[in-house]
Amino acid sequence: MGKVMKIYIKYFASIRDLIGKDSENLDVDINSSARELWQLLTHEIESPENVLVAVNHKYVDFEYVLKEGDEIAFFPPVTGG
Amino acid sequence: MKIEIISEKFDPWESLVEYKRNELQNNPKIGASSVFLGTMRDFNDDDDIDSMELEHYPGMTEKYLSNIVEKAIKKFNIIDGLVIHRVGLLFPTDPIVLVATWSEHRDNAFNATREIMESLKEQAPFWKKESTDNGFRWVKPKTESTENINET
Repeated sequence: MGKVMKIYIKYFASIRDLIGKDSENLDVDINSSARELWQLLTHEIESPENVLVAVNHKYVDFEYVLKEGDEIAFFPPVTGG
Repeated sequence: MKIEIISEKFDPWESLVEYKRNELQNNPKIGASSVFLGTMRDFNDDDDIDSMELEHYPGMTEKYLSNIVEKAIKKFNIIDGLVIHRVGLLFPTDPIVLVATWSEHRDNAFNATREIMESLKEQAPFWKKESTDNGFRWVKPKTESTENINET
């Protein structure tokens, strides 16, 4: 088993409904990307094209490489205003 | 500059008067005030809407709204900007969002208010869930333009 790191995951709106919870702490392999995490969490049940990802309150793309202690959030396109 | 996420119904005109009185204090450099108010409709996509839940991402939403307004202040050289956005349970006619800007001349205030509103719709993490006769549904964006979200 390779090295792991702790991250905190948040889900919003329709993604929260899809995953069935609003947040969780998880140990993931070091150097995991946001895409790898998404695939692990969902078994690719929804295409990431309709999903946005933010790390530590900033938009990133799915190739972002996670770091220890990151807060990563998955959510659908935004509909404020 | 002020950014506020508010979970109770608010009176946008009262908020404007209060902000102007307390923060701008009749600044004599102001020659133009521009205001946009978004309110909730009782219909969407041919369906009647009874109510709507608005949620946000605490921390990230405030951060993006601040960035958007700061950027507009610099770009359009405006004197000040205010954004108040509702979350929680809303009913038709309720105010959703108030954007106000103040500048020396009208072009800057008009343009800044417009740009703040468009950037908010594109970037700020808010999500709407509507209640219709057929149950709840998440609102999908009309234009899924997420290409510029990494800019701020």
